[in-house]
Amino acid sequence: MTTRARALSLAVALAAVAVLVAGCGGGEDEAAPTEVVLLTHDSFAISKDVKQRFERESGLRLRILQGGDANETLNRALLTAGDPQGDVLFGIDDSVLSRALEGDLLEDYRPDALTTVEGAFLPQTDLVTPIDHGEVCLNVDRGWFAERGLAPPERLEDLTEPRYRDLLVVENPATSSPGLAFLLATVARFGEDGWQDYWRALRANGVLAVDGWEEAYTQQFSGASGSPGKRPIVVSYATSPAAEVIFAARPPAEAPTAAVEDGCYRQVEYAGILRGARNEQGARELLEFMLSEPFQADVPGSMFVYPVREGVELPPAFVEHALVPDDPLSVPADEIDENRDHWVDEWTEIVVR
Amino acid sequence: MDRDRRALNAALAAVPLAFLAVFFAWPLLAILERSLRSGDGFDLPWDVLTQGSTLEIAWFTLWQAAVSTGITLVAGLPLAWALARFSFRGRSLVEALVLVPFVLPTVVVATAFLALLPDGVEHTVWAILLAHVFFNVAVVVRVVGAFWAGLDPRLGDAAATLGASPLERHARLTLPLLAPAVASAASIVFLFCFTSFGVIVVLGGIRYATLESEIYTQAARLFDLRAAAALALLQLAAVAVTVVVSGVLERRLGVRFARRARPARPVGRERVAVGVIVGLSTALLALPPLALVLRSLRVGDGYGLDHFRSLAHETPALLVPPWHAVANSLLFALGAAAIALAIGIPAAVAVARGRGGVDALVMLPLGASAAMLGFGFLLAFDDPPLDLRSSPAIVPIAQSLVAIPFVVRALAPALRASDVRLREAAAVLGASPARIRREIELPLLARPLAVAAGLAFAVALGEFGATVFVARADWPTVPVAIFRFLGRPGADNVGTAMALCVVLMGLVAATALVSERALARRAGP
Repeated sequence: MTTRARALSLAVALAAVAVLVAGCGGGEDEAAPTEVVLLTHDSFAISKDVKQRFERESGLRLRILQGGDANETLNRALLTAGDPQGDVLFGIDDSVLSRALEGDLLEDYRPDALTTVEGAFLPQTDLVTPIDHGEVCLNVDRGWFAERGLAPPERLEDLTEPRYRDLLVVENPATSSPGLAFLLATVARFGEDGWQDYWRALRANGVLAVDGWEEAYTQQFSGASGSPGKRPIVVSYATSPAAEVIFAARPPAEAPTAAVEDGCYRQVEYAGILRGARNEQGARELLEFMLSEPFQADVPGSMFVYPVREGVELPPAFVEHALVPDDPLSVPADEIDENRDHWVDEWTEIVVR
Repeated sequence: MDRDRRALNAALAAVPLAFLAVFFAWPLLAILERSLRSGDGFDLPWDVLTQGSTLEIAWFTLWQAAVSTGITLVAGLPLAWALARFSFRGRSLVEALVLVPFVLPTVVVATAFLALLPDGVEHTVWAILLAHVFFNVAVVVRVVGAFWAGLDPRLGDAAATLGASPLERHARLTLPLLAPAVASAASIVFLFCFTSFGVIVVLGGIRYATLESEIYTQAARLFDLRAAAALALLQLAAVAVTVVVSGVLERRLGVRFARRARPARPVGRERVAVGVIVGLSTALLALPPLALVLRSLRVGDGYGLDHFRSLAHETPALLVPPWHAVANSLLFALGAAAIALAIGIPAAVAVARGRGGVDALVMLPLGASAAMLGFGFLLAFDDPPLDLRSSPAIVPIAQSLVAIPFVVRALAPALRASDVRLREAAAVLGASPARIRREIELPLLARPLAVAAGLAFAVALGEFGATVFVARADWPTVPVAIFRFLGRPGADNVGTAMALCVVLMGLVAATALVSERALARRAGP
């Protein structure tokens, strides 16, 4: 063997070793699945004892993969449709539901536990199962308004008044799910041809639009504890005031913020079995479990959304500080799908340009 | 002899090439193919490239990167000089501090900046430029400093004897000698700013977009893969041009001259200059970290260690107690640094021996959009033996792709500069090649090697863009955990995020201090 050939074969061997070493982490056992994989968004959370309960009852390890926000996670699933990264996809909301259904990435399944779900949340397809609902609402900094002797806004229309000038921060609907929900709320309230004028008035009144919820809530909103923000009105969730109490260093008797009932927009979150799942049986068991009492009761405390199962008791902090809007706004999924892109474009023209 | 050398060079180059082929080219080709295929052929996205909005974004990307790089050099070179040339009390502490910004997640720095910047500056270009300088000063100080410390101070003394003023000496002697290292650092900084993502998204607000942030928007958010692929190809081409140009410059400027000099205590006017430079740089670099430390200690209206204590406890925001993230980060960063050295050292040697193409190739991953590469991983690594897309092993691999260029950049100039005549003299005196390597080359390379390892480790510790794409929820790293905590309302969550930031800063500062100590002991009498 010449030196050159020897050197080359050494290099090839090295590369092979690198590949093998790297490959060690992979290699699923396809014969007998021992785990079920849940592909979900970054806001997913589950209590340890609830997760252990599922694992004990099913004999399967529950593995969780998080793929960005709801929209990004769906895009990930669409990219790998048919050869999915997980068994169950959770976190599809109404605003992206039609894309999920058209993407041919889910399989039909009708859980037995569906009978426990309130009728209002049931979809017209077996491809997805409703798991929770959450409402996007305006939040106000109560202290800020009290200090100035100013009444916080009560209706969407109030926000265009001069006394609320430069006080509102919203999220960009092109990049943020609560941002899109709030845009849809204004569409539902002011009509397909009326919402544009409302936003023009908001812009004239100094609305600030930022890219995502994190920046809006933790950096621009004055009511979030520890925030450097200066604006006392933000688009967030009906449950955010409860979170301010639960996660306060020394829990106050009253929440420092409050959700505004008017203009709340309802989002239902669904889960579905991914087509080509490695563990389809496990996926079914997981869906049943997600509708069961223990998981549904855990949903408020871990994800700050509400259960869809009837008769599940809410934790005390939610009863006291959070809001369950009686009559939230919504836009039908097919209408959203048809119009979302041009609504967002129009919004960008009106608010950003 | 010549044949052997050539074969050895080829083998050295083969290691990084094989690694890049598997973990960079393959996934990238997979996602490009998926994005651009239409029916049997390919649908080339020329229309996207010639759109007005694309040109606007490309122009903004280019000029903000160029300006950021310029300011970073101006801000970093004086500090590199002070740290490389002089010894003074607290020097290793300053060197450690310089590295801190480099690992901080952009989200966090942006938070600190938003708190520190006066009203009206946030969401402007100035905020973006400032943040880029803050992040990248470390690159200039480390890469140029490692080379500067090796320049023979007697040259300057000789010039002084001949009547050259200090400024003249710097302008006509030091800068030309430093040129390759400066070019090397500048090209890394330029690439980092050119492909900037987090800073642009948080500090730029809605109005500013770079190619990288636009690719992310198109691919991950809007799922317009065709547009994303077009922009990704444009970005890759721009990066390739940058890399080739900087490589040519570096080689043309390269001076074969190096000798380890011991840093001296500054005297006279130097004392003042060093004092001012170090004092000012330290103050500016320390301000954002200090703001973070203060916030991590803030509990309600008072101060306390509550947020650090909560690192040990379960929380709904993460599947594991937060301290796990610290352990994971250390583990992954060690793995990534090991891979980066294993691939980067042969690459640097190949580069130093004239294979500039290798240099260009290892730099390319810096220019690939993390979102597109992440998508590529999902498509390419779905089958055994490379069923990696859901495995924790993918994390150090992804991080090492970003770390390898630093290893090559920190080592190659020093390797090129290592004096041929020293080796030849040793050979004439009968030293074997192995002995020459052991007793002459390695000691000369100890410092650049330590710098390379430290940078690779730091890059891996702070890496976010690629890691968040591949990290599993039960194996979060510290930056990923910080991101999760910031994504939830409530003071405790923000406090825990800040505490994790402080831990991250502590880790990287400690790493820098330890490697500095180890070096000092090696070089000691």
